[in-house]
Amino acid sequence: MATLLSFNNPLQAYPKLSARMSSVLINIVQMVAVPFVGIVVFLFLWSVTANNITTSLGKFPGPDAVWEQMGNLYTEYKDEKVKAVEFYQRQDERNAERLTTEPDYEVKIRAYTGKATFPGQIVTSLITVLSGFFAAVILAIPLGIAIGLNKTLNNAVNPIIQIFKPVSPLAWLPLVTMVVSAVYTEENPAIAKSFLNSMITVTLCCLWPMVINTAVGVASLSEDLRNVSRVLRLSPLAHVRKIVIPASIPMIFTGMRLSLGIAWMVLIAAEMLAQNPGLGKFVWDEFQNGSSDSLSRIMVAVLTIGLIGFLLDRCMLQIQRMVSWDKASASR
Amino acid sequence: MSIILDISQIDMEFKTPSGTFTALKGVDLKISKGEFVSLIGHSGCGKSTVLNIVAGLYQATRGGVILNGREIHEPGPERAVVFQNHSLLPWLTAYENVELAARQVFRKTKSNAEIREWVEHNLRLVHMDHAMNKLPSEISGGMKQRVGIARALAMQPEILLMDEPFGALDALTRAHMQDSLMEIQNELKNTVIMITHDVDEAVLLSDRIVMMTNGPSATIGEILDIELERPRDRLALASMPEYAALRAQVLRFLYEKQRKVEHIATVTAKKRGLLKKAV
Repeated sequence: MATLLSFNNPLQAYPKLSARMSSVLINIVQMVAVPFVGIVVFLFLWSVTANNITTSLGKFPGPDAVWEQMGNLYTEYKDEKVKAVEFYQRQDERNAERLTTEPDYEVKIRAYTGKATFPGQIVTSLITVLSGFFAAVILAIPLGIAIGLNKTLNNAVNPIIQIFKPVSPLAWLPLVTMVVSAVYTEENPAIAKSFLNSMITVTLCCLWPMVINTAVGVASLSEDLRNVSRVLRLSPLAHVRKIVIPASIPMIFTGMRLSLGIAWMVLIAAEMLAQNPGLGKFVWDEFQNGSSDSLSRIMVAVLTIGLIGFLLDRCMLQIQRMVSWDKASASR
Repeated sequence: MSIILDISQIDMEFKTPSGTFTALKGVDLKISKGEFVSLIGHSGCGKSTVLNIVAGLYQATRGGVILNGREIHEPGPERAVVFQNHSLLPWLTAYENVELAARQVFRKTKSNAEIREWVEHNLRLVHMDHAMNKLPSEISGGMKQRVGIARALAMQPEILLMDEPFGALDALTRAHMQDSLMEIQNELKNTVIMITHDVDEAVLLSDRIVMMTNGPSATIGEILDIELERPRDRLALASMPEYAALRAQVLRFLYEKQRKVEHIATVTAKKRGLLKKAV
């Protein structure tokens, strides 16, 4: 590519400038053009393959069908929003009217219960995954620090962690469901049970990588830094706060990133089974619905899930870059 | 001069899978206030072990260390250590590294403003005030070691322990650091124990050089008083016959009396042993 570009280069009279120009060009080619070509080739292969697969719901959706459904989902969202606004307007008008006739009437405002929209599902999924993830952070990091500091505790807990780590979320879910419905028995639950089910499943699955990475980070604290702490006679709490935690921040973040990736994958499966509103339920509902558009709509969800997973990872990376002193570990 | 530190007949044994290893046997040394003592000897002779026992990081198997009339059982800031590889906290700036130590020692006796002044004073002493807001990863090896020294000085120790402080530095930087250390020493008159491999460094800086025999069961072989006038200048010393004689004495001890006969086979065996331990 480089030789092609510098061929007959008018800047050849200025070798230095020309060299710099061509290195910039190579960069542009590598960073923009090559990925673009990759995507185009992928779309082409996709549409060719899709054309040759026929299911009971019609042809497998190609890029064009998916693009169309993306538009449809957006229009449905817009329509739904308009309906909601109209609903509240009607409600307000009715209430105002009633107040004129009976002044001591207590105004009741009912929430709009339209059908869930695609962007709405995305938001629900994000809320669920982040609640599950943060619950895991709160549990896992102190536990990981304790295990990393204390060898005996590590030996006691390690076999348990190793056994639970590879368990799939789908195995947890029935147990979580039963326990939640047995323990959480309120008449009008402020938090939906299905939400709790999927959130707890997410928490259970992303606990382990965080515990393990935090413990390894803490345990691998260098002898020298430990000696510094001893010479300064730092109290145990100050030792953890000023030496142990900052030193293991890079490893803690590695664990958090791994966990968030797992959490997002687990969530989709959990939502499908727990019938918690969200992207997983959207996919399941479309599958059950079985219209000719269903496959394209599921494909939209698939792409969205991938994109959001990618963005979540980028966000964690950015936070890690801001917080961590070890810039090398944050560039990976 | 009054004795500040008494290292009294210490033995040090380490338990290894192949039995007890006696690293030190009967090490006995008294150090006066304001004295600069170097420990010199071949690698593996237990110099660092002596220093770690004085620091309180190790406990001697027999015998003990008495500082100002009190026996030492644990580490503490009155025995500040300058570590060989600087051991700065990589997430703190030079200033914050020194501040952590200063705050730990003076949080009850000094106000925030006084601590700030004290930290800056110590960084000025080692000529690092221009880079005090840099992280350790942003400064050179010599500069890191300067900050390490400032951190130790900021604890206002009764005795300063230096474990091959300039061992990892190139020759020019090392010479520069030695001059800085002499300048600081001239001003503060600290009591210092320094471990070194470098004969010139030992003669240049010390009041006494303690030469250690080879291990196992290493102990003090000879003690050499260095009665060269201070302040010392490395260039003037270089052409001085007394300096050459002192230097020759140390060299004779290290390369004649305590010549290290280490066959290649034993070296590899030792390394293999270490590797096994690491696995």
